[in-house]
Amino acid sequence: MAGTSTWAAALVIARKDVAVEVRTRAAFLSATVFALLAAAIFYYAWDPTAVSSLDLAPGVLWVIFTFSGLLGLNRSFGAELSERAIDGLLTAPIAREAIFLGKALANLAFLIGVQLIAIPAVILLYNVPVGRALWGIAAVGLLAAIGLVAVGTLFSAMVVNTRFAELLLPMVALPFFVPVIMAAAQATTTLVAGRPIAEAGGWIRLLGAFDLVFAAACTVAYPFTIER
Amino acid sequence: MTGLSRRFGRRRALDGVTLTVGPGDCLAIFGPNGAGKSTLIRILAGLLEPSGGSARIAGLELPGGPAVRGMVGLVAHHSMLYPALTARENLVFVAQLFGVRNPRASAAAALERVGVLDRADTPVRSLSRGLQQRVAIARAAVHAPRLLLLDEPFTGLDPDGCAGLTEILAERRRAGGASIVVTHQLADALALATHVAVLYDGRVVRYEPRGTVDPDRYADGYRELVAAGG
Repeated sequence: MAGTSTWAAALVIARKDVAVEVRTRAAFLSATVFALLAAAIFYYAWDPTAVSSLDLAPGVLWVIFTFSGLLGLNRSFGAELSERAIDGLLTAPIAREAIFLGKALANLAFLIGVQLIAIPAVILLYNVPVGRALWGIAAVGLLAAIGLVAVGTLFSAMVVNTRFAELLLPMVALPFFVPVIMAAAQATTTLVAGRPIAEAGGWIRLLGAFDLVFAAACTVAYPFTIER
Repeated sequence: MTGLSRRFGRRRALDGVTLTVGPGDCLAIFGPNGAGKSTLIRILAGLLEPSGGSARIAGLELPGGPAVRGMVGLVAHHSMLYPALTARENLVFVAQLFGVRNPRASAAAALERVGVLDRADTPVRSLSRGLQQRVAIARAAVHAPRLLLLDEPFTGLDPDGCAGLTEILAERRRAGGASIVVTHQLADALALATHVAVLYDGRVVRYEPRGTVDPDRYADGYRELVAAGG
């Protein structure tokens, strides 16, 4: 038997999580339906004469991501409790960090999938002239997703064994999401307004720094969340 | 295991358990509900830390790192399977995590041994309880572990399933692997075991080689022992 490296094990776990989600479609369907409904509700509550779409759309977009992402994050470790599959992961000869990284990669794929549906929906609904800013928005979306996933995956692991995991996760994770949402919304506002990407450089650097710090910190912290 | 103990709050689930299981041995542990059998299995699987004492597998202290976890296969109360995935996908996933060289071939071989190869591509949630238990047994054995831990492995198994389990344990024994079976099914376990022990209130109250035991009289002796409070 050969050993399994941390990244190889993480990829195996991520592939398994994606396969489970593809079979059940439970979280992805509810997250995308939620994202589309939320975009529509914001649209009908919006007074275009009071607030321009360029000012409103980035905020709407990131509120939608945050809450639809939480739906997926809730399921991340919750799915492991059925039949105590988590014990199977904990008894495997892999680094504990591989479990976290695998879950985080699967959650990232989940969030990017939601973004691929939600971003065009918001652009079309609010008639946002993205033009050449699309790639910039995609990069901001990816950076923000990494930050949300790093923090969200850790907190999902921490609350999964509690009685009110669905309620607790937003309560503990949302305060940590604030810097990500703030930076992502501000960068998106700058980009959709047609201003040069350099103007959003500070927010993008903040997102990058948050990703680096929290991805590393959460990976290191994860093994401590596992109760023996 | 030497002086192994485990407390949950003020309750002592294991109290100084000392047992040795050698290569090729199969130890059957009996005991009433709450005797500490599952706690012992969870400690040996690395899922619980002992409060006192120590346990070693092939010289490596528990709970250890990946090296010691790679030597253990576990059948627990829950199947540890993903209901949405097929039996084959579940086993390939486990084989990959354990670094088995040819995961698909090993998964197919393990499923064949428990007689589920013809249902290998059925989602686990569509299998009966007994077939799920067979897949759980195949899951525990797919990486040819040196120590196989089985907590109530006979649950839901029909005679064919029991035969598959017997074959896996015999094969592990021939390969020099050890196994520990925790169960209430005395007759089934006595047929497999090389050693038998009784756990009562967290303590080993009886331990002997299987060869010295008369299966017909053992059940009566066990019931009397439990009735007398160990």
